[in-house]
Amino acid sequence: MIKKLLEINGISKTYPGVIANSDISFDINSGEVHALLGENGAGKSTLVKIIYGLVKPDSGNLLLNGVPFKPVTPSEARKAGIAMVFQHFSLFEALSVAENISLGMDNPPNQRDLGKKIKSVSESYGLPLDPAKTVGELSVGERQRVEIIRCLLQNPKLLVMDEPTSVLTPQEVDILFKTLLKLRSEGTSILYISHKLEEIRKLCDTATILRLGKKVDTCTPEKTSTKKLAEMMVGSTIKAPEKLNKPAGQVMLNVDNICCVSKSQFGTSLTNVTFDLRQGEILGIGGVAGNGQDELFAVLSGEQFSQHGSISFNEINITKFNPNQRRKIGLLSAPEERLGHAAAPNMSLIENTLITAENSQNLVSLGFIDWKKSKAFAEKVIKKFDVRTPGSQNTARSLSGGNLQKFVIGREILQNPSVFIVNQPTWGVDAAAASSIRQALLTLSENGAAILVISQDLDELLEISDQFAALNGGALSRIEKTADLSMEQIGLMMGGAKDLEARNV
Amino acid sequence: MDFSSINPALLIASLMVSATPILLAAIGEAVVEKSGVLNLGVEGMMIVGAVVGFIVAVNTDTPLLGFVCAAIISGIFSIIFGMLTQYLKSNQVATGLGLTLVGLGLSALLGRPYEGMKSPTLKALEIPFFSDIPVLGKMLFSHDLMIYFSIFLVTSVWWFLKYTHAGMVLRAVGENHDAAHALGYKVVRVRMLAIMFGGATSGLGGAYISLARVPQWTEGMTAGAGWIALAIVVFASWRPWRVLFGAYIFGGVTVLQLNLQAAGASIPVEYLSMSPYLITIVVLVIISSRGNQGAPASLGRPFHASS
Repeated sequence: MIKKLLEINGISKTYPGVIANSDISFDINSGEVHALLGENGAGKSTLVKIIYGLVKPDSGNLLLNGVPFKPVTPSEARKAGIAMVFQHFSLFEALSVAENISLGMDNPPNQRDLGKKIKSVSESYGLPLDPAKTVGELSVGERQRVEIIRCLLQNPKLLVMDEPTSVLTPQEVDILFKTLLKLRSEGTSILYISHKLEEIRKLCDTATILRLGKKVDTCTPEKTSTKKLAEMMVGSTIKAPEKLNKPAGQVMLNVDNICCVSKSQFGTSLTNVTFDLRQGEILGIGGVAGNGQDELFAVLSGEQFSQHGSISFNEINITKFNPNQRRKIGLLSAPEERLGHAAAPNMSLIENTLITAENSQNLVSLGFIDWKKSKAFAEKVIKKFDVRTPGSQNTARSLSGGNLQKFVIGREILQNPSVFIVNQPTWGVDAAAASSIRQALLTLSENGAAILVISQDLDELLEISDQFAALNGGALSRIEKTADLSMEQIGLMMGGAKDLEARNV
Repeated sequence: MDFSSINPALLIASLMVSATPILLAAIGEAVVEKSGVLNLGVEGMMIVGAVVGFIVAVNTDTPLLGFVCAAIISGIFSIIFGMLTQYLKSNQVATGLGLTLVGLGLSALLGRPYEGMKSPTLKALEIPFFSDIPVLGKMLFSHDLMIYFSIFLVTSVWWFLKYTHAGMVLRAVGENHDAAHALGYKVVRVRMLAIMFGGATSGLGGAYISLARVPQWTEGMTAGAGWIALAIVVFASWRPWRVLFGAYIFGGVTVLQLNLQAAGASIPVEYLSMSPYLITIVVLVIISSRGNQGAPASLGRPFHASS
């Protein structure tokens, strides 16, 4: 018999100017993995915050095991058996794993017993962790394990996961799914929030779809096509990006035997990286996170200089050019980290446009800023890339992740780069926005630009790139035509022999 | 020049006396900053403690009561800072500077009738047996209560931060206040308590100047001790034992340069007077330049609970 664990009845929550949730009702059964699907800003996060006692709903109620449930604080929710893994981890970098875990528990045992418990629980779920390590030293995947173990130690009845895979490598995703399925078999319900449709089809028993704060539908994801799910989520049909096969032109960027020592203590240094990037070609660089992607990006964008080797752009040696000099000749780049790296969080979108488009769009004359022109260019980006914001005067911080990503990519693309370097173009971006960003990259390449895409999303690389190579331990694999590659070959190129599980034990 | 007049045992003993005001203020500020709040009002809280302690001690003839009142009043005084920054979200740097200015003015006003008076001082506690040890006894075991208390305080702060759950919550709040809030900890409450603790110890430090070190009241007598306490916290990488070390270096060089002045060293007085500040900072910079700085990640950042 199916038992209802949590009933959600008519939940509404309004913020000034935004209706976050409007009359949402659905049930979560015990022992099921329930997906909550929706675009950025559909109200998923608000709803789970209500369940976890962080936000008070304006109206509506929750029933837990048939009993009214009104958590006012997270600790009440935890006592009732609800645990949550946050999208932006609620971890303390300077503290150890054990300290982080004990902070999320209501009656933590002393550190030594807790350490033992962490070891045993983490091993039984296949998520090895060293309780004495400082969280700042851990990889993103390991950090998520800390959050999950913190939840598991409290034997939750309902585990809420807010976009758990947006930061994980494919291997880490597999490990996570195994853990979640094991939990389900033990009778734990999971509320799984995501906009990755393939994952949801693989993992979830039921899916509830939200759009603009309202519940649109509930369905069985296994029996619904990805396309249908995406359309329910977005509310319109999605066009898959189209790739034209065009012969590649002349070499635009030549990277010869680059070696570069990583600046970060936990980074990977580049060793003898060599490749050519041609006009009208997209080169996809795959690989597990932390294998030199950030360093490769930094060397190409000019943030860091290589100790050895050379980079030439259209036969000009640009090895020692700084980012601005590279921008001037038409080599643009968009880094992975949107806030703080690609955009200054507290500055307006107009000011953020100025930062990179100053020269190519002549936004500054005689040292004075041409605000009119800057505003016009910012608004052009907003319009062309469907960035949802009340206006160009708003700060970068006020935009949701997906919208800011569209803005950051759009800002570079509209400057018509002849070489474009982009790291994780659709990280944490919803399906519709991801598709439009990929389309924009393809269009740019059709117009003759040479593009290098560094990404951890293999599907994305297979979809848009003409050539594929993988980074492994700071070295670049052979470059192959994407069309000729099988998944198995890609796995081998990524250094598949080195299993992630083995690495972390 | 006659260096034989400098007695090492006395030097160490007076080093501790001279370092204690800064040590008391710095250990409190270390806790405040560990919780993620930057209170630049240490100087102001110290001088309020100095004047309050002096007034109470003179009127009651009980120095210990002076210390207790200094701690309480400075603690209350720091609540002004706490209310402004934690509840009304004012800027921490500006508010802290304001607190210093208010403290200096207020203490001058309150202390006017007491200018030039002498205060009763704390009696040295001769610890039985230990204080009779030659040299060492005079050096370490013949001090007043507050010096032992200040060392006890450093030990407890270290122990509190390292081994207790509450200490861990405090560090967590200073490290990532959004995450602490998401886990259900009361960020503002933790910070208010830390601010009050910092106020109380700064008050004690101030009172130690007016009741033990100088035993009289002069306007502006803290003379920058609060600022050096702030610097010591940073260069000590927010670690209690390094705070003690930094304060003692400062105290040591202060006493030494006074002795050198008295001995008629041929170095100009101006250089000698600036040497404690210079040497303390240089030494601590060298220590902290190696490895992890350990600054609390949320230090000085305003916290807005999103709900």
